[in-house]
Order: sequence, then C-alpha cells, then structure tokens
Amino acid sequence: MKKIFSRPESLRDISTHYCSGCGHGIAHRLVAEVIDELKIRERVIAVAPVGCAVVAYDYWNFDCSEAAHGRALAVATAIKRVRPKNIVFTYQGDGDLAAIGANETIHAANRGENLSVIFINNAIYGMTGGQMAPTTLVGQKTATTQRGRAAQEHGHPLKISEMLGPLPGVKYVERVSLHSPQEVLKAKKAIKQAFQNQIGNIGFSLVEILSPCPTYWGLTPKKSLDWIRDVMVKEFPLGRIK
Amino acid sequence: MKVLISGNEAIAEGAIQAGCSFYAGYPITPQNEIPAYMSVHMPQAGGVFIQAESELAAINMVYGASATGVRSMTSSSSPGVSLKQEGISYIAGAELPAVIVNIMRGGPGLGNIAPSQSDYFQATHGGGHGDYRLIVLAPATVQEAYDFMSLGFSLAEKYRNPAMILGDGMLAQMMEPINIKKSRIKNQKYARPWALTGCRGRKPNIVKSFYMQEGDLEKFNLHLQEKYKTIEAQEQRHEGLFLDDAEIVLVSYGSMSRIAKGAVQRLREKGKKVGLLRPVSLWPFPKKAFGQIRVHPGGRLKFLVIEMSYGQMLNDVKLALNCKYPVEFLGRAGGGIPTEDEIIKRTLSLLSR
Repeated sequence: MKKIFSRPESLRDISTHYCSGCGHGIAHRLVAEVIDELKIRERVIAVAPVGCAVVAYDYWNFDCSEAAHGRALAVATAIKRVRPKNIVFTYQGDGDLAAIGANETIHAANRGENLSVIFINNAIYGMTGGQMAPTTLVGQKTATTQRGRAAQEHGHPLKISEMLGPLPGVKYVERVSLHSPQEVLKAKKAIKQAFQNQIGNIGFSLVEILSPCPTYWGLTPKKSLDWIRDVMVKEFPLGRIK
Repeated sequence: MKVLISGNEAIAEGAIQAGCSFYAGYPITPQNEIPAYMSVHMPQAGGVFIQAESELAAINMVYGASATGVRSMTSSSSPGVSLKQEGISYIAGAELPAVIVNIMRGGPGLGNIAPSQSDYFQATHGGGHGDYRLIVLAPATVQEAYDFMSLGFSLAEKYRNPAMILGDGMLAQMMEPINIKKSRIKNQKYARPWALTGCRGRKPNIVKSFYMQEGDLEKFNLHLQEKYKTIEAQEQRHEGLFLDDAEIVLVSYGSMSRIAKGAVQRLREKGKKVGLLRPVSLWPFPKKAFGQIRVHPGGRLKFLVIEMSYGQMLNDVKLALNCKYPVEFLGRAGGGIPTEDEIIKRTLSLLSR
C-alpha cells in the first residue's frame, strides 16, 4: 500500500497540550509541512513566544529559542544577523506581537530584517486565562472586559498588519484564516511565501493567521470556526495586505 | 601597543580584541562612546552592531546572538540597566554567556549623569527575578576596563552565565595610556554544543528557561546553585595594599578605590598603619581575602568602607568579616565623591579613638 499522508519530519511524534479546537496545532503543522517541503529543517532556527505556544519547541523538530514575552523579534533579529545563512522565524500570538512586543515588531519590520513572522491572531490571551488582547473585537467578552470590549474605554482592535504594510522595509504581509479546509490551504501557501521570501533574501514577511480559541471564546470548536467566518473576518479582512 | 584612550573606548576595544562579535545598545549617557566606537569598529572586525529600539530590545538581541554561540554584549548606564534586568534574568535562566557593561550614574530615577556606585545592590544581589547570580567585575583603571572585557567573556563562557562589568562615569570618561594587544581572539576556548546553529547532523537544540513539569525547575535551580558555589570558590578576586600590619583597612572598589589608594599612600607617608582592600570581583565577593586579614600582635584592627553610594557594599564587608572587627562607613552619592582629604580626616579620627 502506498503511503500518501504522514507526519512531517519537522513535527515530533507527540501529543500537544492544546485545547480541543485550538488553531495552534494546525498552524504548527502548516509551518512544519512548509519547512519540510522547502528542505530547510536543518537550517531553521525558530523563536517561540510567551503564550500558549511557548513550548512549540517541544513539538517542532528543529533548533529553537524561547524569548521573553514580546521580545521574539529582537531575539530573531540578532540570530539572523549573526547567522544570515540560517532560516529564522518567529511564531507569536497577538498579545506577544501586538501588545507587549509592538515596539520590537515595528522596529524589526522597519529595519527590514530578513525574517519570517507567523502571527497567530485569536483575539484573546489564552495562556493567562482569556483576557482582552489588542485584537479583541469590540463587544467581545473576556476575563477583563466582562461586559464586552468598549471602544471608548479600550480602543478598537489593533490592526498591526495594516500598520506595518506602509513601511518600506516590509516586503510581504498577508492575513489568512484557519476556519475552513480551503482557508487552511491558503494559509499554508502564505506561510510558504514568507519562508521563500527569506530564502530569496527579499526581506521582512509576516503572515497573520486568524485562529480559533474555543476555550476562551466560550464556543464549541465548530462554532468557533463559524465565528471567525461570520464575525472576525469582518474586522480583520483576509487577503494580501502588501 | 601603548595608546591614550578613554574608559569607554577601552571597554569597546577590549571587547573587540576579546573576540566579541555582537553588540546591541541604546543611547544613554555616560556610556555613549561605547556604541559609537562599536558602530565603526565592530563591522570592521567582521561582527554585528545594532542600535536597538530600546534597552529591552538590546538585551534580548544579546540573548539571541549569544544563543548562537557568539560572544555578545551590551552596555548601558543605570536607568537603562534597570530596563535590562528581565533580559539578564532570562540569560541567566537559559545559561547563556554574555557581557553587560553598566557605567553607573546618579540615581534613583533619572538622577543625573555624574559618577556613582549606587547600582551595587542591583548588580550583586539580584536586579532581575529568580535565584540567579551575575559575575560582577569592577575595573579601577582604564587598563583594567580593557583587560576585564576579555576576562568577563572568558568567565561568562566558562560558567555559561552572564557577567557584568561595573564601572562609573569617572572611569568611563577619563583617558589613560594603556597597553593594547591587536590580536583579536578568534577561537573561543569553551565548546558550545548547546548553540543554535541549525540541527544539521545532530538533534535539535533548544535554548529556554521554562520548566513546567513538577520538580524540573527545582532541579534546575539546584544545578544553578552548584554552579554558583563553584564560582564563589574559584573566582574571588581582590587587590590588597599594606594589609600585613594595617590597623585600619580601607575597603573600596572601582574608581573610588583610586582615591582611597591616594589617601592610603599619604597616610603611610605620615607613618600611619593604613591598608587597602579593593574587591575586584564584587560577585563572587572576595570573602577569603577578608578572612585572611589578621590583627597583628598587640595591635588593633578596624575597617572603613568607602563608596559612592550610601552603603551598598557595606553589608557584604560586615558579613565577610563575621562582625569580628568594627566596620565604619564613608559615602556620598548623587554626584558627591568622597575626597582624599575627607578620607584622610576620617581615617585619622578613627585611628585616634
């Protein structure tokens, strides 16, 4: 019998700690598949965030560094500068990349660092128990906005991908989603583009991935996917930003 | 080769000759000559210079560069070093070697840009979170500022632990003639099998300080404690002057010790039995040197701690002496520097009691 589907070499054969319906498992796998397909596993140095994906290095099968909360792009900048032949990427959530690490994000992008950034936007802080993220939607209930995010008090969702687009150092930004098999395939294509850009020395590339968090959205896994499709993409439109 | 050079430039040149290949920093006075020098000379030496967007970014860039196994450093001054503390804790937690230079200025808060020694607590007793230790070296001359960069990198790599060079605005800004070796170290002495280089031909490496499984973090901390015990046993450094017959020992470090040394020499000319003990490593604190000082038969023994702070090293001296001898203190901060005359006056008054 011919084997037509298997675990990528870049993904270890162990179960993850993620909640049922969480998007991280899919995103981890997409990254691993792309790295296998591009045959760069032995060249990759990943930088993991602080957040639910902190132990991504337990699941991936290549070199990886942890970074302090928000500092992944500072860590990645230095790794890439001293080892330009390695393929360096960060994998960060919305709190890590768009709140505490917004400064590092903006400046790494503005310097045009030749890095690939995988940005998981699930509109909430997962690891700490479902607090408001910079990307939380107006009206969305979280542990720290129990009556819903109020724009007047908390501001509007921060669209950091759109903010980065105009910077000359930024070469590629695309927002994708994990809410359907079709969108997952598009997400993989975008991730691949971000890595190909780095291999081709094109420059700073970021893929924002809308990803479900059923646990802290208070929805079933299926309804979480529907919520992305029906609600979240209205605030965060999918497609190429730059 | 003999050159006339400032403390800041000596630190930068010392780092380059020590094989440092990565520098990241953020502007702050009085250490700005270090990044300015690095921006020119680091690329010439084949290394990387980055002016970071913040102190936080700078220390985390050092973390990243160090994780790949290259000699990496940052420099800053007091308020900037406060900002780096989280990163220093992560570097210690990930057991990465790195050198951090703190050219101390007046505090607290924004303070001023005058020389100070008010960050001793922060450097030697924590600063960041967790049970970690920082190797701290305190140069007193521009020559030592140069030499200690090599020593700092070597100790950092030997023990896989961050090291700090603790100077002040006086040392950083003054110029002295020093000997420099134009022989940049190319091969680091210690193997770095832990470094992130891409997993070709080996299992993936992970650089981290996160231990969630029950018992793992305690085990890791016990490993750190063992390492710190070894450093305490092997790496105490000090300079002693006239300690054999001293009735009063002045204790001072860094550029302050130069002024204290001047006072000791003048007092000796007057026949006063005064000595100097200068801690060179502030952590590990040179306890053994204090333990070896004996009161000579029929004599007496007192200590006078002199700092550009309000007594931050003082407690370490008392602990090192087990409170066996009286310990007095003379200190000024916020831009005030104890003068040679003040030290002599105080010493004479203690001798006359």
